[in-house]
Amino acid sequence: MASSMYLDNVSQQGQAGGFPSGTPDSLQLLNGGAVPLQAVPQLSFSHFSHWLVNTVRNGGRVISFFALPASCFTPSEKDGEHTHRLIAILASDTSGKLHAATAGVSGRYTSFAKHTPQMHLFEREIYEKHGITPEGHPWLKPVRFEKTGGPEIGDTDFFHIYGDDIHEVSVGPIHAGVIECGHFRFQCLGEKVLHLEISLGYHHRGMESLLRNGPYPRTLALMETIAGDSTIAHTWAYCTNMEALADAAPSPRGQLVRALALELERLANHTGDMGALAGDIGFLPTLSYCGRLRGDWLNMSAMICGSRFGRGLLVPGGVLHDLNHSLVLRLKERMTLTGKDVMGALKLMWDSSSVAARLSAVGSVSVETALRLGMVGVAARASGLKRDARHSLPLPDLPTPPDLCVASAGDVYSRAKVRHDEIAASVAFCQRLLTDFLDEDGEDAVCAESPAIPTLMPEYLAVSLVEGWRGEVCHVGITDDSGRLAAYTIADPSFHNWMGLAMALRGQQISDFPLCNKSFNLSYCGHDL
Amino acid sequence: MIKPYPAQYCASIACLLLSLLLAPLLFGIINRVKAKVAGRQGRPLLQLYFDINKLLRKNSVYPQTSTRFFRIAPVAGVAAALAALLMLPFGGVPAVLSFPGDFIVMPALLAFSRYMLILAALDTGSAFEGMGAARESLFSAMAEPILIFCLMVLAYASREYSLSLILGGLPATLWLAEWPMYLLLAIALFLLLLVENSRIPVDDPNTHLELTMIHEVMILDHSGPDLALLEYSASLKLWIFCLIISGIAIPQAGVWGFAERSSPAGSFPSFALEAGTMLLMILCIAALVGCVESAMARLRLERVPQVLTLAGSFACLAALSLWR
Repeated sequence: MASSMYLDNVSQQGQAGGFPSGTPDSLQLLNGGAVPLQAVPQLSFSHFSHWLVNTVRNGGRVISFFALPASCFTPSEKDGEHTHRLIAILASDTSGKLHAATAGVSGRYTSFAKHTPQMHLFEREIYEKHGITPEGHPWLKPVRFEKTGGPEIGDTDFFHIYGDDIHEVSVGPIHAGVIECGHFRFQCLGEKVLHLEISLGYHHRGMESLLRNGPYPRTLALMETIAGDSTIAHTWAYCTNMEALADAAPSPRGQLVRALALELERLANHTGDMGALAGDIGFLPTLSYCGRLRGDWLNMSAMICGSRFGRGLLVPGGVLHDLNHSLVLRLKERMTLTGKDVMGALKLMWDSSSVAARLSAVGSVSVETALRLGMVGVAARASGLKRDARHSLPLPDLPTPPDLCVASAGDVYSRAKVRHDEIAASVAFCQRLLTDFLDEDGEDAVCAESPAIPTLMPEYLAVSLVEGWRGEVCHVGITDDSGRLAAYTIADPSFHNWMGLAMALRGQQISDFPLCNKSFNLSYCGHDL
Repeated sequence: MIKPYPAQYCASIACLLLSLLLAPLLFGIINRVKAKVAGRQGRPLLQLYFDINKLLRKNSVYPQTSTRFFRIAPVAGVAAALAALLMLPFGGVPAVLSFPGDFIVMPALLAFSRYMLILAALDTGSAFEGMGAARESLFSAMAEPILIFCLMVLAYASREYSLSLILGGLPATLWLAEWPMYLLLAIALFLLLLVENSRIPVDDPNTHLELTMIHEVMILDHSGPDLALLEYSASLKLWIFCLIISGIAIPQAGVWGFAERSSPAGSFPSFALEAGTMLLMILCIAALVGCVESAMARLRLERVPQVLTLAGSFACLAALSLWR
């Protein structure tokens, strides 16, 4: 019932290319909506390919691309010879719509990666999980080194550049700091990096397979730990997905609390990142202040739900902790103080000319590269792409989001500047939200009780996008005929952006790598799942 | 030449021992200043002493690829730094060892210590240490000529060839007549101090990011007593630079009558006064390094030669100022 409002008419555009005019290209849906699986058009592969390439060429982007065994679907006449179905979810930032389509394949298909580079990692993922070969893929190798049968982790063909003056530097998987594991290989000519290859998978926990036939009682706890620094973003995406699949609208006040928690997460991480950037260039005052102030933001999350990282706050249906009048007042007061302190700490940094000189023109990613790689989040906005799911693909019934912050140069300076602007925008947004809370009646709005496992509609597909602090988190859930999860795919922003980091390093000094890395601050476990 | 007499000789030895004892304190002061500016408590002033004490009681671990150079380097480094220290006067107090031309030998000893360190770094076969060694040799190839040039200008100004007379025996009259030169040289040497001792804005001694390091990355594989020796020789090197700068930044001798060594009556108090002033100056320079590190971000690696160019320019200006 509620979900039918998200079910727009099957799109009628894009009938070019000589495909039968009666065949719809794709199904339109909105962020946070669910559609019956049967309604997703099943195209022939060439039609599918045409649709995908054209949509991306016209400004669309791939937010999810995965395969499912054909047995997950009610067989259709077209499925006869196919073993798997590919499902692609594309987003258009201009129309605010998502588009979904599927195509049957068995064993192999023609790779998109060569002309649509943002597909390359999705194709490698499908290859690794299902053994479906994307023919013509320029760089086919494992993504996460699944335990089942594949090569040992890190055992792969790395790019090599040969020559007397070339040297290779390999960093990790264990690093000097207390951070996650990841392997980096630099091909260098003196101090100059010719190529950087990033090999991950050391944090692969099998998140998606742990969800199969779910949801289970512990699924919510798993979702909170997909990437510990994006607890709210991932949990919100999961909750929205469950709400869509169960056709149960979330509590409106719960949505507001979620929005507040998401911004607090953003504030904490952006503040921490700015401090870490200052630390990487040896600018100590901002490092020290931001280290403390990050704790202040985290403590505000703890004031709401008892966890500094927002664990145990979100549940399908709403939130477990409401804000009462005195808490809102206290939050408002601390928001003002901490916001002022953060801006002061950052001003120290921006006012120092040596900082500006150090950050600018390092690790630039051009807007074309960002577009082709399908980058998202802070890194994409720093390159000039207006990609913010809070603006272009908002969840329903949310207040006006914080201002969209973009830069243009795509260098470390721009990524820092976008973070700085977003801190200011988020503080203003939170103040507005808290004032709204105050204006409401003081009574505690009803929020969800600790929920039973939601009952999901059978054979539905739901997509949820949440703009976390790092970028857009995308969850796609598909239920089988008994209402269990047949598949649940998760795309952390890191999945899209790691390649951006590799490109940012081309032609740069190897000594600038840590700074570039920090300016992206991508998640290893969010990528590895 | 200075006519040695017992009290003066004792003072030289005492100052040398003082240097050896207090050198690790400089890092403590720098770190304290940085911590205070950043609003932190900071580590103890004597942290490096604790660290050296701890490391000396540990065993060393050697990389499988390394040869004897790896083991010799820490000892050679400390030995060279010690020998260099022997030739430096402590303000008006002459050096233990002084001879004409020691102002060339002293930088050569520092270069030798660095040479051993670079060999040891290359000896490990690690890509990180190789990069560090390349950076160190590039920047020091630019820094060493400037240091020697600075000392040459000083030698020319005082028409002497021994460090004890160039740096130590500065009569107030000469200092007051040529003060622009001394100040310009002090600035040039302070910039050299930052480069040679791996301080911000050139290198970041506190970073954990191997790819960005210069000095620290070269000693990554050293451990135990070897590392203790390397840390100690690094602190001696910083002390040496502070000593040189203090020697020319203040017109020590002569102001308090030490240059007129004919008055043995006031010898002991004047030794104490000289040494005390020098010590204060050295500690102030360490604090100044801490302030610079607090106020500046680290430079991009490819900009480091610009700092050296600046230091070279100050040294040239100092030389030109002699032709007034």
